Amino acid sequence: MRAYTPKDNVQAKSYYTDRFWVAPQVAKSAVSDDEVFAADLEAIKAKFDVLDAYIQVEQMIVIINANDNYAVLELLKNECEYTQLSEMSAIDWLDQEGKFEIFYQMLSMTKRKRVRIKCKIDEKEAIQSVEKLFRCADWSEREMYDMFGVVVNNHPFMKRILMPEDWEGFPLRKTYPLQGDEFAAWYEVDKIFGKEAREIIGPENRDPARIDRYDTKRFSRLGHEVPFGTDISQGEPDTPLVYQEQEGVFMIDKFDAQKSVVISDRHR
Amino acid sequence: MQQSNRLRPFFENITFDRVDNEMILNFGPQHPSAHGQLRLMLHMQQEQITKAHPDIGYLHRGMEKMAENMIYNEFMPTTDRMDYIASSSNNYGFALAVEKLIGLEVPRRAKVIRMLLLEVNRLMSHLFWLATTALDIGAMTVFLYAFREREYLMDLVEDYCGARLTHAAIRIGGVPLDLPDNFMADLRKFLDKLPENIKDYEDLLDKNRVWLMRMENVGVISKEMALSWGCSGIMLRASGVKWDIRKEEPYELYDEVEFNVPVSDKGDNYARYKLYMAEMRESAKILYQVADMYEGTSPELMAHAPQYISAPKLDIMTQNYALMQHFVLVTQGMRPPVGEVYIPTESPKGELGYYINSQGGPYPYRLKLRAPSFWHTGILTDLLPGHYIPDVVSIIGTTNIVFGEVDR
Repeated sequence: MRAYTPKDNVQAKSYYTDRFWVAPQVAKSAVSDDEVFAADLEAIKAKFDVLDAYIQVEQMIVIINANDNYAVLELLKNECEYTQLSEMSAIDWLDQEGKFEIFYQMLSMTKRKRVRIKCKIDEKEAIQSVEKLFRCADWSEREMYDMFGVVVNNHPFMKRILMPEDWEGFPLRKTYPLQGDEFAAWYEVDKIFGKEAREIIGPENRDPARIDRYDTKRFSRLGHEVPFGTDISQGEPDTPLVYQEQEGVFMIDKFDAQKSVVISDRHR
Repeated sequence: MQQSNRLRPFFENITFDRVDNEMILNFGPQHPSAHGQLRLMLHMQQEQITKAHPDIGYLHRGMEKMAENMIYNEFMPTTDRMDYIASSSNNYGFALAVEKLIGLEVPRRAKVIRMLLLEVNRLMSHLFWLATTALDIGAMTVFLYAFREREYLMDLVEDYCGARLTHAAIRIGGVPLDLPDNFMADLRKFLDKLPENIKDYEDLLDKNRVWLMRMENVGVISKEMALSWGCSGIMLRASGVKWDIRKEEPYELYDEVEFNVPVSDKGDNYARYKLYMAEMRESAKILYQVADMYEGTSPELMAHAPQYISAPKLDIMTQNYALMQHFVLVTQGMRPPVGEVYIPTESPKGELGYYINSQGGPYPYRLKLRAPSFWHTGILTDLLPGHYIPDVVSIIGTTNIVFGEVDR
């Protein structure tokens, strides 16, 4: 029987974990410990549902409903002085709960505080664009769509940004195989040479550590060199080894210490 | 397709889609002044740009995906390949993020060495910026001068870690090596000469007619635009926002050193150029102060946290348990606690942030690299319209984008 490989998460996994090992947690503290954050949280709570809020590593994390994302960011920008969106992206929790988590990393330069707004959406659900508030979200949301397939509503130019436009699959999902899928293996062959060349060229091998022992075009073996492109799969000619020393060792016969210069400093 | 034998102009790289005057010009992806693989689609009315559309992704290697499948220490050399002009600052950002996640305190000597490396990297990056931008605008001499100075700095880093470009000189929990004997003397020698060198560049450029034409009042970024586009570093400070993470949210020993944050409210290319020059002087100031801190620090280089960091070599070679822990840490990797951090640092290009979501496993569950150049490329969409073709090159130059970082 073939070994079962899970399809919902094909990423690298630790091959051994102690069965009694319990992962420690990064300390969380209550938002009320910090006056500035407490005031910001009050402002959000006055208008929106807050599912959870805490402080972790000096930053406040607020978890909200996904359909409030635009309004909450608007409130933070206009009333709480969080004028910059440093970063936003998604996290793939499809395996565990069938959802994407989207985070917005905000910065207030006047208060010197950073807040992370997080919300969860279903796999097929779309999220509202915040591009109207922060222009940088234009590119971030495109990247999020490109990498996870999270569709963003009201975005001015919802296209892939890093991958080619006709790419299939979303590379940062946990279901996306590490060496690329079937589509990835044929993409460049089809694109450059056409589908009819598939049989001649073969699928692209994306294993960076792959070495073909008989490949004399891309690999040379020191001391056993053969002419470029020779077929050595059926055995190879013996390469006679010749050492330079057989002709005599290169020696300095006349050395004049007066005429030579010793360099001691590289003139930094 | 035009007929090339009909005595009508034949342009290889230009397509005529419509009958009006609008022309779409394909700038790149192989353009020497794009400093990498940037493709710009420019809609032109005569020489003037009406719409710009940057196209990136030619250097995409999927670093975030790679990070999710590597143990933490394994990812360190990969970070070198982001901003390969100043790779230690990438190493440092990652190391700091993991240290915050674990809650490690780094020994003081390691902090001093890290500070030295960070500022040397900043100087290297700024010199490289000056050299290439000047070359793009036609000042070959400045290119040669600035590369000469950069070469001395690369020699310094080579003396420290053996590499010139991809340093991997910082470890999670400290630094791998102590400084070599001649390092401080060489550094001081370089720093003593640096003000003269910077003055040379400024003498060549400050009042240079060609330089001023391409720099003054070209590529003006307003304060609102810079904030909205998530600009950071010099792109932000040239637009009148005084925000330097080293000053505002100090990490390492930046709260113990004295330095100024140069700001300008002009927002144009020339303002950015002046800030780069001023920042080089500030970096030199920091380096002098940090070099004085080195004396008298205790010789530990790595934090003591047996659960996460391997013990010193002497312990590994003499104590059985340290060897066992080292074996587990190398083969399986450290397992930071469950939680998430976003740690920003001021890299030479701007705010370099690492978001790490750890689920307690040896691999990060999600790692997001916040590279400043990504948005500094995005801003070209709004910045280029209204400018002319020769300005494109100087604007790309002063945004100081590095494509290892844009595409990751």
